[in-house]
Amino acid sequence: MSASTQPFRRDDGGLIDRNRPLSFRFDDRAYQGFDGDTLASALLANGIRLVGRSFKYHRPRGILSAGAEEPNALVELRSGARREPNTRATVTELFEGLEALSQNRWPSLAFDLLSVNSLLGPALQAGFYYKTFMWPASFWEKLYEPLIRRAAGLGRAAGLEDPDHYEKAFAFCDVLVIGGGPAGIAAALAAGRSGARVILCDEDGRFGGRLLAERREIDGQPAAVWLSAALAELASLPDVTIMPRSTVFGVYDHGVYGVVERVSDHLAVPPPHQPRQRSWRITARRAVLAAGAIERPIVFAGNDTPGVMLAGAVRSYLNRFGVLPGREAVVFTAGDDGWTTARDLAAAGVRVAAVVDPRSGIDPALTGLAGRIGARIITGAVAAAAGGRALRAVTVREASGREESIACDLLAVSNGWNPTLHLTSHQNTRPVWDEAIHAFVPGTMPVGLSVAGSAAGRFSLAEALADGARLGREAAADIGFDSAAEPATPITDPEGVALSPVWRVKGGKGKAFVDFQNDVTDADIELAAREGFKPVEHLKRYTTLGMATDQGKTSNIAGLAIMAEQTGQTIPQTGTTIFRPPYTPVAIGALAGHHRGRDFRPTRMSPTHSWSQRQGAVFIEAGAWMRAQYYPRPGETDWLTSVNREVLAVRNGVGLCDVSTLGKIDIQGADAADFLERVYCNGFKALQVGKARYGLMLREDGFVMDDGTTSRLGETHFLMTTTTANAGKVMQHLEFCHQVLWPRLDVRMVSVSEHWAQAAIAGPKARAVLQGVVDAEHDISNEAFPYLAARAVTVGGGIPARLFRISFSGELAYELAVPAGYGEAMMDAVMAAGSAHGITPYGTEALGVMRIEKGHVAGNELSGQTTARDLGLGKMMSSKKDYLGRLMARREALVEAERPCLIGFRPVDPAQRLRAGAHFIGIGKPATMQHDEGYMTSVAYSPVLGHWIGLGLLKNGPQRIGERIRAVDPVREGDVEIEICSPVFVDPEGTRLHG
Amino acid sequence: MRIACPHCGPRDVQEFSYLGDAKPQRPDGMDATEAAMADYVHQRDNPAGSHRELWYHGAGCHAWLVVTRDTRTHAIAAVETMAQARAGAPA
Repeated sequence: MSASTQPFRRDDGGLIDRNRPLSFRFDDRAYQGFDGDTLASALLANGIRLVGRSFKYHRPRGILSAGAEEPNALVELRSGARREPNTRATVTELFEGLEALSQNRWPSLAFDLLSVNSLLGPALQAGFYYKTFMWPASFWEKLYEPLIRRAAGLGRAAGLEDPDHYEKAFAFCDVLVIGGGPAGIAAALAAGRSGARVILCDEDGRFGGRLLAERREIDGQPAAVWLSAALAELASLPDVTIMPRSTVFGVYDHGVYGVVERVSDHLAVPPPHQPRQRSWRITARRAVLAAGAIERPIVFAGNDTPGVMLAGAVRSYLNRFGVLPGREAVVFTAGDDGWTTARDLAAAGVRVAAVVDPRSGIDPALTGLAGRIGARIITGAVAAAAGGRALRAVTVREASGREESIACDLLAVSNGWNPTLHLTSHQNTRPVWDEAIHAFVPGTMPVGLSVAGSAAGRFSLAEALADGARLGREAAADIGFDSAAEPATPITDPEGVALSPVWRVKGGKGKAFVDFQNDVTDADIELAAREGFKPVEHLKRYTTLGMATDQGKTSNIAGLAIMAEQTGQTIPQTGTTIFRPPYTPVAIGALAGHHRGRDFRPTRMSPTHSWSQRQGAVFIEAGAWMRAQYYPRPGETDWLTSVNREVLAVRNGVGLCDVSTLGKIDIQGADAADFLERVYCNGFKALQVGKARYGLMLREDGFVMDDGTTSRLGETHFLMTTTTANAGKVMQHLEFCHQVLWPRLDVRMVSVSEHWAQAAIAGPKARAVLQGVVDAEHDISNEAFPYLAARAVTVGGGIPARLFRISFSGELAYELAVPAGYGEAMMDAVMAAGSAHGITPYGTEALGVMRIEKGHVAGNELSGQTTARDLGLGKMMSSKKDYLGRLMARREALVEAERPCLIGFRPVDPAQRLRAGAHFIGIGKPATMQHDEGYMTSVAYSPVLGHWIGLGLLKNGPQRIGERIRAVDPVREGDVEIEICSPVFVDPEGTRLHG
Repeated sequence: MRIACPHCGPRDVQEFSYLGDAKPQRPDGMDATEAAMADYVHQRDNPAGSHRELWYHGAGCHAWLVVTRDTRTHAIAAVETMAQARAGAPA
């Protein structure tokens, strides 16, 4: 493949491999570039100048920069599910088969109908949507917003699930160096030589920073010689890690840095088992910021015309990529730096028609250069650029006011550089203005971070190398890594950094852009000033200056300068904006890593999970847990049929249910009983060894926190159970009570939730079944093992187990616990022993029905807004001891007579269904807040009674049994007449429990 | 943020959960007035500056810790176990 199909490719030079051509497509046409190209450099090599249309006015736009700051050259990259909008062509490494589409144009890039928006300019100026689309309000959502959204905006998202995966990673180091240019490499070398663990990150795929784009000398040799030696030495240091394609996007507290590594973005698809991107959280004891600087455009009419390019970017394309960004160039520079571009253009064979520099007294070494390259020197400014889709000519205005048009297809613009100090202000500190260099420099630095070279406003190569070496060494020494004498800082060739910035050139014909990506013009900023939106935060929001995906990297300063000019203030008086993470856009996918879809959070499975699967369970998510909801049998087509069968099987025979998910906390110590006295509102001191008791725990503010049974396994040994949902919270609470409130109590606790598999065996035949499971030496007769007995037993010939005679269903019931590894075997053993009795597995749904039939409270009632008294459990609150919540539960509002209290409900017409969440309204009264008397918390269809039943919280509930009222559910159009009844629907005497 | 747990060493803040001001002392529920208990439960200072606060190392040693943190900068001046905090606390 010769370069002949790339008409703007240089014959030699640059860091591209002409022996490795790569084909790619842009807007459905095929092109070729080389390995080492970016999409932007490959497009320029093919003579493509027009790359996209702008956000608001659909102006033709080209390539402004050669880096991450690019506001214009945004494309849709890849296709199908991998299509990614707003991708910067300047940082997209070219790969074989790359596909890119220009954005925001219809029907085509060259002929865009919506560019008529440009003529509507006055209607679309700053604040237009606040003014134009105000009335009538209802039109905003239905008409204006959809219209604006269709006309404006940038690329299209794929709309399909991302086929790639992403991961999170963590790293720790002594010194993190951010930026792999000369300063960063010098810093990494200095720190690395001291033996410190160093991580060096750069957003580019290749290290070297500006050295890759410049024709510089270090120690009398081309900079590339120094660079390759430095990189070789870094690679040889065992504790130095080099991370290419890794952007440090955020600085967080205490030396934590957010980094996104683009592992596979430079490839068509990620290699097998590799993520597309990896988000790192790097914890560094010290860090050196060597992020370089971003060049500034100049505001003049038509400054967005394709062919107008930053002067430093021109050098990148010439020197790094071997591309001619044009054939006839004009350089417009406000400082010495632009002259370097004129020199490099001429060296590459580009005719430089003129160097336009408004300054007087320019270094003769520079003016002499013009003579050698045959360029005119014009003391003046470029007032306008013309050409529409491609630059044709610029209007140059001399100091005298004389204007002339100069034909060219490239205008290189140089207006000085802004330190890339974004990361230094992530901890809410503001940059400060440095009048000597006409730029903001870092202000107060985040702890542990120092800043070197251009990022500190020290723009020369000599300063970059010296700063990097010094700060890398200091960072390491600060944490105890001392190095031998540092080699002398390398000598560099001379360079000029003099500058007298030109923020804008007035008076040209056409729009002059400040913020290219959001289409903010100098006129918009003048308008904001006239209308009083002068403070920088107002300016930003009114005009949207700096609010696009590039966050104003090339525009904020010019915006401030024009506002300063309008208000007669200086730039620092006008202010600056604080930068926040991320430095460049980070895909949500990279931050999420593997936490998406099913894996959004961990799934917890009970130790009997596979047993439930074998029984054909339908599972339901309960917090992180998967719990068996019911076990359908062949022929059962709806859940209610299955659940009714399970309930009746328990009430009439025996059932088996997994309850392993309940929280279990082992509590031991001489003061364990005293401790429980204080955390539960009811008494535990008198609980006998071998017995269980229901306990109710209040928060200190008097509301119910959690409930469960606690068993006394020994004089100083208790086992507490908690609800599934609150297991972690209660553990934390108990540790708080012990460590913070009552440290003198001799008690220790540990969560054993996952150590035990536990199952409920419930129903009149439960004992008969268990007698076939528990080893024969343990007497579990009603006399030897009465209601609320709780003891260690053995099963299966000596396997340790615990047996509790407790019941949630109101039936004769036990809970049997074995070490988790035996869980599945336990379930099989119970099923085998129960087969003669017709034992039936039941799930959480049947469990719920039976607890509602018995009037037991559960999660729906323990809502954090109910007191023990509200739940009918007021008598449990001991008056003889102090416990958490004791005093606060007695507050007036919590004991007032009218508070809704727990009571039962049944429909007057037994055929009618009840709904949880329905509100109680008196018969004949309107369904309004004033007549609200409470609400239904839980409902179930009771197969025992043959109709729906409900529990709820009703004003004066317990005093109103027999009264009729309505359950109103406007959301589901329900309005059911109900009768207030006892919350205990089945076996109110409790005879079954003790059977 | 990073918190240097006295038991486990410096750890990421994700391992901890926050409770709040470490200053309030729970009055004895049998002796205290409702007003004193209500103060303990609800009244908190919210200083801009140094703040002694309770953190729980739930993903580590399960210790409740007293962290002295500047609420403006998140700079952490001290991390103590409850025992250390009590030993150093003014009488």
